[in-house]
Amino acid sequence: MTLPDVLKRRDFLMKLGLLFNGIVAAILAVPIVRYIMSPVAHARKGQYDSWLSLGKLEQFPAGQTRLAVYRNPVVSPWDGDTADIPCWVRNVDGQKFQVFAINCAHLGCPVRWFPQSSLFMCPCHGGVYYQDGSRASGPPERGLFQYHHRLERGELFIKAGEVPTPGSAANLISITSGLPPCV
Amino acid sequence: MRLIKIIGGWLDDRLQVGATLRETAEHPVPRETASWFYVFGSAAFVVFILQIVTGIMLALIYVPSAGEAWNSLQTLNHSVALGWFIRALHGWGSEFMIAIVLIHMVQVILFGAYKYPRELTWMVGVLLLLVTLGMAFTGQVLRFDQDAYWGLGIGASIASRVPVLGPQIVNLMLGGPIIAGATLSRFFALHVFVIPGLLIAFVAVHLLMVIKLGINEWPMPGRVIRKETYLKEYHELTKKDGIPFVPSAVWKDLFFGGFILLAVAACALYFGPFGPSGRPDPTIIQTAPRPDFFFLWLYAVLSLLPPSMETPALLVGPVVGLLALFLLPFIFGEGEKSWRRRPIAVLSILLVAVSLGTFTHLSGYTPWSPVMDAWSSTPIPSQYLRNRSALERQGALVFQLKQCHNCHALDNQGGKRGPALDSVAVLLTRDQLIRQVIQGGGNMPAYGKNLSPAETTALVAFLETLRPAGQPAAQDTSRAVALAPDRAAPSTQP
Repeated sequence: MTLPDVLKRRDFLMKLGLLFNGIVAAILAVPIVRYIMSPVAHARKGQYDSWLSLGKLEQFPAGQTRLAVYRNPVVSPWDGDTADIPCWVRNVDGQKFQVFAINCAHLGCPVRWFPQSSLFMCPCHGGVYYQDGSRASGPPERGLFQYHHRLERGELFIKAGEVPTPGSAANLISITSGLPPCV
Repeated sequence: MRLIKIIGGWLDDRLQVGATLRETAEHPVPRETASWFYVFGSAAFVVFILQIVTGIMLALIYVPSAGEAWNSLQTLNHSVALGWFIRALHGWGSEFMIAIVLIHMVQVILFGAYKYPRELTWMVGVLLLLVTLGMAFTGQVLRFDQDAYWGLGIGASIASRVPVLGPQIVNLMLGGPIIAGATLSRFFALHVFVIPGLLIAFVAVHLLMVIKLGINEWPMPGRVIRKETYLKEYHELTKKDGIPFVPSAVWKDLFFGGFILLAVAACALYFGPFGPSGRPDPTIIQTAPRPDFFFLWLYAVLSLLPPSMETPALLVGPVVGLLALFLLPFIFGEGEKSWRRRPIAVLSILLVAVSLGTFTHLSGYTPWSPVMDAWSSTPIPSQYLRNRSALERQGALVFQLKQCHNCHALDNQGGKRGPALDSVAVLLTRDQLIRQVIQGGGNMPAYGKNLSPAETTALVAFLETLRPAGQPAAQDTSRAVALAPDRAAPSTQP
């Protein structure tokens, strides 16, 4: 065996070694990627949203809009206060309800309800909404996010579990305003 | 001294780096680069070291748990000896870091230092700017207070607007469905492991290239850079008129770096640590979250962009900006280096600086946000109530009760979201006022459903009194003509 032959063989063995490591890396990448992507996988399977109670209907007098708080259905023990999510409950007429997310449809800041003028106002960039959640003025492109709800056993249930954002509001009710859009 | 020499010699016999280090330290640099203009890069490096040291100090106490982080910050501020000072050093260090990196960048542009052959040095520098801003944002999240909580919400809202992948990116960013424990943990991992790792790697490459390619020579008007000749010219310049970097140039870096550290310490001592503000409890909605100083301009931009332009601007703007920065050395890689011969470079920097400065200044008083408590805490100035009828005063009450004051200022008090109303009666007639109140428009909500006819009448009566003395009220001339006696009964005859 000549020297070039030996070098050729060593070269081949080195490449084989690299290939071997590449295969091992690819195998290990599978669990690593699945681990990293698990929050997305859960969302895709719809495991985040569930029906939860906001309490007895008596807490929400007819014609008024009140703040309600629920504990997020998916929690870890170290979430602290962050898993307590507020929302606005509007009892339209004793029969009909609307439940709005606290997050402004612009960039998610907490909107505040002003019963005197029947408006929701956002402190961040000045988004304003009417009492039915439709957009009144400011930078939001749409009305407030609205949770699906149902009344059962004298309690108000909503389907919630994920922070509503402008791009992921597919599982929420879309509010269309009867009023002309502001310009 | 002899002992140090012996130990040093023993170590170098084994490490074999002494000669290389000495050679690197004493490599010749162009004489004019021993200048106070060339100290910002090393100053950024010095602050970076400070951030590493203070960051490790903070990690000794800080608990990266959504339930406990805020409490651990309070402990640092109030219970641990000098914990507040270490927090303040780290916080002010981050502000100085961004400021110095930006100044360094401006200097590099003005001196044409990004041109051939230092294109890659510049591109790695742009990456360093990005990771520095990444450190600032993730650091703000670790200060887990109300601003951090709602700031994450804003980040999620922006990320969600990415077409198709938006919701997945939000889940990935938050580590789950909501801003909670997993979110803070992953931002901790980013701030403490991932981004610093990138930062160290980029700094190493950046420095390596500075040493290998040499420090940019002082730009002279008329000395034109050409790829064919530059390397030879630079080599001759350093050979003929060069000075050793250590000690001839480095002493200025040392003094400036020390001065910056002192300045950080002085700010930390005088102003103290940043926050934390209120508990990160989403049920406390009486909050007006604000970003940290270097993101304030973004806060303004997001408020002022028309709604329809926002998503494209958010998603396309950064890409275009980054692309422009990365391509800069390839488009303008040759030619003049001196800022005296590059007016467009100077004007571009001025434009960007003035824009960012204006937006940051606007964020200081957020004219786009309603003043949420103006209706209950900012009274109507008394001069607007003197000698008014009962109806007009009732209207003033409506003005307060219906939160008009949250968006409209009177005598410079109250919200600035809408126009100030001190002279509204000069501009709008009674009919126009009624229409505006009831139908809204021009970015004002319609109050038609929320005001009774009596309230509207009173409110408009009050608004009609709002005009400076000596200025006549707005008049509808067509109405005056229509109501004139000879036109009172229009003829039906042709």
